[in-house]
Amino acid sequence: MDVLYFAWVRERIGHPKDRIDTNPATVMDLVEELRGREDRYAAAFADLSALRVAIDQELSDFDASLDGAREVAFFPPMTGG
Amino acid sequence: MEIRVQDAPFDLGLEATRFAERQTGMGAVVTFTGIVRDLGEGDLHAMEIEHYPGMTEKALEEIAREAANRWSLGDILIIHRHGVLRAQDMIMMVATASKHRVDAFQAAEFLMDFLKSRAPFWKKEISAEKADWVAARDEDEDALKRW
Repeated sequence: MDVLYFAWVRERIGHPKDRIDTNPATVMDLVEELRGREDRYAAAFADLSALRVAIDQELSDFDASLDGAREVAFFPPMTGG
Repeated sequence: MEIRVQDAPFDLGLEATRFAERQTGMGAVVTFTGIVRDLGEGDLHAMEIEHYPGMTEKALEEIAREAANRWSLGDILIIHRHGVLRAQDMIMMVATASKHRVDAFQAAEFLMDFLKSRAPFWKKEISAEKADWVAARDEDEDALKRW
């Protein structure tokens, strides 16, 4: 599964993409796994209210299942327009 | 329906004219354009726009489809740029066409409200001293509730 980061989440983690070989059941499980990696991940995921998540390019929630997911993305609230 | 996500600048006049000219039976065309504001004070100013290729196009299509379901529209055009933009550059535009103006006006507002907080774009303001990601505003999220 590919995990993508955008905007300040990408900057804080230091790269745009990770490949995860484990099978976290939910987004929250994936977040916990990433938080445990290194301090910069823990910092990026410190406040989940400041983050949004998309599963396979659809906006989703942190309690959503990752069953069958190929791509998960984390980013701050969007500022288009 | 036409949706373009691009690095390159666009010509507002040309796009608006082409859009209006390709309509048949439509009495109204509304366009909205977003422009990089100059922060003033002679700051060296740029705006960097990041997006999520793939999801961006899908999200814009979904927003446009929703607008087409809610209002009686002949056509929709959305152009949104990414990359590095300077003050006064045009960031994006929407155009809507309808038989009567109310549909075109309301659909354009709807598109803008959803495009601001549901399409995966992120703006970074760069001045001579600093570079800051633009924070989403509560008003932008609240604006969705009226629809």
